[in-house]
Amino acid sequence: MRNVAVRNWVIGAGTPVLLLAAWWFLSANSADPFFPPLETILIRFQELWLFDHFQSDVLLSLGNLFLGFAIAAVAGVVLGFVTALVPPARWMIDPLIHFLRGIPPVALVPIFISLIGFGTQMRVTSIALAALFPTMIATVDGIRSVSNDLMDVARVYRLSRKERVLNVLLPAAMPQIFSGLQVSLQVAFIVMIASEMLGSSQGIGAMTLLAQQSFMTADMWAGILLLGVIGFLVNILFSLLKRKVLSWYIGSRRMARAA
Amino acid sequence: MSARQAPALPTRNRKSTMAQQPETRISATTPRLDVAHLAKTYGSGEKSHTVIEDLTFTVDAGEVVCIVGPSGVGKTTLLKCLAGLHPASSGRAAIDGRTISGPPPEMALVFQDYNRSLMPWLTVRKNLVLPLRHLKLPAAELKERCDSALAAVALSHADNQYPWQLSGGMQQRVAIARALAYRPEILIMDEPFASVDAQTRFDLEDLCLKIRKDFNMTILVVTHDIDEAVYLADRVVVLGSRPARVLKVVDVDLPVPRDQITTRSLPEFARQRTEVLSLIKRPA
Repeated sequence: MRNVAVRNWVIGAGTPVLLLAAWWFLSANSADPFFPPLETILIRFQELWLFDHFQSDVLLSLGNLFLGFAIAAVAGVVLGFVTALVPPARWMIDPLIHFLRGIPPVALVPIFISLIGFGTQMRVTSIALAALFPTMIATVDGIRSVSNDLMDVARVYRLSRKERVLNVLLPAAMPQIFSGLQVSLQVAFIVMIASEMLGSSQGIGAMTLLAQQSFMTADMWAGILLLGVIGFLVNILFSLLKRKVLSWYIGSRRMARAA
Repeated sequence: MSARQAPALPTRNRKSTMAQQPETRISATTPRLDVAHLAKTYGSGEKSHTVIEDLTFTVDAGEVVCIVGPSGVGKTTLLKCLAGLHPASSGRAAIDGRTISGPPPEMALVFQDYNRSLMPWLTVRKNLVLPLRHLKLPAAELKERCDSALAAVALSHADNQYPWQLSGGMQQRVAIARALAYRPEILIMDEPFASVDAQTRFDLEDLCLKIRKDFNMTILVVTHDIDEAVYLADRVVVLGSRPARVLKVVDVDLPVPRDQITTRSLPEFARQRTEVLSLIKRPA
């Protein structure tokens, strides 16, 4: 049991290290303008992001990402509850959702640029709006799949409406809400980069695109590398939060599988 | 989601309420729970489906009454009407003469499927506390109620565990403890011991009788197990199927306190279970 865990961990951590090593040695003497040596990329990475543009671009991008995602998460859950629990709202919103979810979120960015301009406001709005739908849809699904038995219990014991929403429906739907939030986070990340590439001169996305357009390939690769690192770290943070909030769910699932 | 109002006596049933069903036991006072010509039909028009046609029986204060009938007879539907979860289509169910139109405050329900009736995100103690929050009890009383309910089902040691960490029988005991902490006057149980093993089942049946004695509750148990019904009950309401109606109310004259070994080996026990069984087996 323990040996298997250790082996899996070694494979999981070892594979990326091996790939990086391969990249390092294979690109070491590269003269190809599109594939500069990894060493050059890492030097540029350090010069650009640590810490020259850290505040002006990295923090700016991350701030937009988290603000947009936070707005989307709260609004998505609230709108999901309204949609699931208020029948007229459901009739109004349901078809709209199915239409809007078919549009790739990135395609909305040009509209926002023309509507709101190029500023931070535009970027946060695009991120929030695009990331809203996965959470909202998951919340609606989550509430609808809460078992009738549980709601019967809540009614027999005369829980108030507020208690039924906050103490029964919300926790019962939480596993699905978290799946939605995970997708929202990915969408928020994509739209963050896209909004910077399309309509901004600041931010990691803008820097990376600018580097590509100026044939500064090492800078471009450094930007992509940074985005990868940020995405990885953000996902780890999210998983930690999920493990904490859904510990009951993870535990009960493990128990059900063992039985 | 809020409780819908059950219609009061519809006119077409007014007349029939005058004619009294023959009762096996005449009570001097108003019965605790009074079910009169209760009917439940789902849907309307050609697609309508009558689950319960005309049910009449009573439960007196402090009694244990079991409802038995073949599976699919509509026992769960009946309980949902009694618990105020579904409005009756006609007839009525009343507690102390008051028609049930929503979940009554003096009633608690133990569901068949403990798996889906306990909140998996709450510990055992918090499951007990959830229905009590809106009563705004002083902290000391809240604690005392939970402590004594958990002690009654012998689960004091498990109060910080999650339901899914417990065995099936223990989970059903948590569900019973939740009902006890709520301090209902009437406890309704829907096939409460159907999904536990035989030994646990005997223990839970005795727990049920102990609760009646200690808490002086009126208890209504729905079951498809005839032996269980005869063992537990003061009276057994035998239902016939499709749509459900009362075939007979059987008085159980077994000595108390009951005991899993001696009571079940009495010739009287055999006679009464045979009576109930032959009622159910007989083609309607």
